[in-house]
Amino acid sequence: MSIAMPSLKVETGSKASSLALFVAFAVLALGLAAPFLVSRSTVQDLFFILTMLVLAQSWNLLAGYAGLISVGQQVFVGFGAYAMFGAVILLGVDPLPAILIAGVLSMLLAIPTAFFTFRLYGPYFAIGTWVVAEVVRLLFAQWKALGGGTGTSLPREAVRDMAGVSLLRDLFGMKPAEASDAITYWLALILAAATIGFIYRLLRSKQGLGLAAVRDNEQAARAVGVDARRMKALVYLATAFLTGLAGALIYVQKARISPDAAFSVTDWTAYVIFIVVIGGIGTIEGPILGVVLFFLLQNLMADYGSWYLLMLGLSGILVMLFAPRGLWGAFSDRTGIQLFPVRRKLTGGPSIHQGGFHG
Amino acid sequence: MNMLDTIVQGVLLGGLYALFAAGLSLVFGIMRLVNLAHGDLIVLAAFLLLVLVSTLGLNPFLAALIVAPVMFALGYALQEVLFNRTLGKDVLPPLLVTFGLSIVIQNGLLEGFSADSRRISAGPLETASMGLGPVTVGLMPLMALLSAVAVVVGLNLLIYRTALGRAFRATSDDTVTAGLMGIRPRKIFAVATGLAMVVVTIAALYLGTRANFDPTAGPARLIYAFEAVIIGGLGSLWGTLAGGVILGVAQTVGASINPEWQILSGHLAFLAVLLIKPRGLFPRAVD
Repeated sequence: MSIAMPSLKVETGSKASSLALFVAFAVLALGLAAPFLVSRSTVQDLFFILTMLVLAQSWNLLAGYAGLISVGQQVFVGFGAYAMFGAVILLGVDPLPAILIAGVLSMLLAIPTAFFTFRLYGPYFAIGTWVVAEVVRLLFAQWKALGGGTGTSLPREAVRDMAGVSLLRDLFGMKPAEASDAITYWLALILAAATIGFIYRLLRSKQGLGLAAVRDNEQAARAVGVDARRMKALVYLATAFLTGLAGALIYVQKARISPDAAFSVTDWTAYVIFIVVIGGIGTIEGPILGVVLFFLLQNLMADYGSWYLLMLGLSGILVMLFAPRGLWGAFSDRTGIQLFPVRRKLTGGPSIHQGGFHG
Repeated sequence: MNMLDTIVQGVLLGGLYALFAAGLSLVFGIMRLVNLAHGDLIVLAAFLLLVLVSTLGLNPFLAALIVAPVMFALGYALQEVLFNRTLGKDVLPPLLVTFGLSIVIQNGLLEGFSADSRRISAGPLETASMGLGPVTVGLMPLMALLSAVAVVVGLNLLIYRTALGRAFRATSDDTVTAGLMGIRPRKIFAVATGLAMVVVTIAALYLGTRANFDPTAGPARLIYAFEAVIIGGLGSLWGTLAGGVILGVAQTVGASINPEWQILSGHLAFLAVLLIKPRGLFPRAVD
């Protein structure tokens, strides 16, 4: 005799998420057209928002999903930027392929740094990553060919003759500076969309479930066969790649580098941490909300200097104490709305309990 | 001869680093809390000392006697209001809250004291030196090392010989059971952080009189403190002292080869220890 089993199905989608997907593509399409619609300074603002978004999503994947809290991600921003500068200045590579080279080199750098920092647990991992970032900063300050401690600039013609600039000039009559801004902006848009797409797909995959299991209970996850160390190492490498790409891209646009700026813990890690924490750590929506808030606040409080950072620090503390899942987390808990649903829901069974797994 | 001098100077510098690290080590040992604002709290204490010394014309040592209880109260309050709420299985909240605090203190000091480098004046003591066999050592650096030894001895006596120390150890071993025995872990934690801030005041005294400091000097102090703790091994205060000395010697030896390599060679020594003995040279704690 057989017992009739109700057909169970695991789902992750929702109505809001299909709408969100549609809106996401519409925003992406609008974003691609932005250099033709808005002023050059707005394009630069959007570039800043998008690159910070990439850094924030990467840190969120690392800390919020893999439980690796790093305060040393500036090492990949700075290293990526320097790798790009090195490829352009010393090897004469075009800036665009140099960005890709920088991303790959950053990922390679992550192998030896992981070798050291993965020996440290939890909070000690955090400071360990910081020490590694300091070591790399001090080493680059010694590299005289790239300006040593005072830094150097990208050659003017390297950016002016960057791939695509002449095409844009011929097609749309853009000035070289305008065209290079448009190109870096498009790359930032593509990178941001690809980062979010990658994280979303990763979290919905089998590996993503393993990652969530490791974060929630490492021992239990290991007991059911999740290779926690391997998962964490892979996430660390992936975020190093993304962060290195973003760093190189940011510095193509800045065109001027120094070790102190490129390895700045405030610019590339503190801001990023506050964006993620205030927006909502452990959600894909959180960093998006966080980066928009961060940009608005920065513009509103531009004249207040260090008061601004002080307030940012206080907000971070308050959010961590009273709404640990950030503004988006609080909103999502209340309304149940998820734009990028990564939780698995069990449907089709007897409708007693529909909680399902929380991932 | 020159090498001997370099090493002696390194040992003395190590005393200062051990003072930076002792408070961090104590707090970690008792409640597994890593305070990312530790370096900024040292700088904050240095600014408090500076205010007393420059406005009231006090001797820096006398000023430290006044600042120490203030810092104790600050540590107690921080633990009660902030850190106790973050303790738990998750390592994220304490890290992010103390990181936020670090940013708040740095920028608060920037608003209050501007970004200028300052120094606490210690009068003729600043330049006083004495012969010690074949080498000559500065009196202040020597006092820093002796203070570090005294702090380690004092904390060890407190931890292993007093009722408060027993409560520290009990809470560290098993918070819940300690609670059943009538200890209030939250109070114990607050007292521990307060004590760490007293050590921080002593560290600030020698930091401020030895070299220039400014509001952004905190993170580097945190990193030195952290390196000393890890080199020495978690949970051992003598280990922390040894870690500070190793770090100091690595820095002065590096600087004697090339002045630009001072900080770098300290970091490299730390990484080398991490490579060879990941749990430090004298580990005691299990985690």
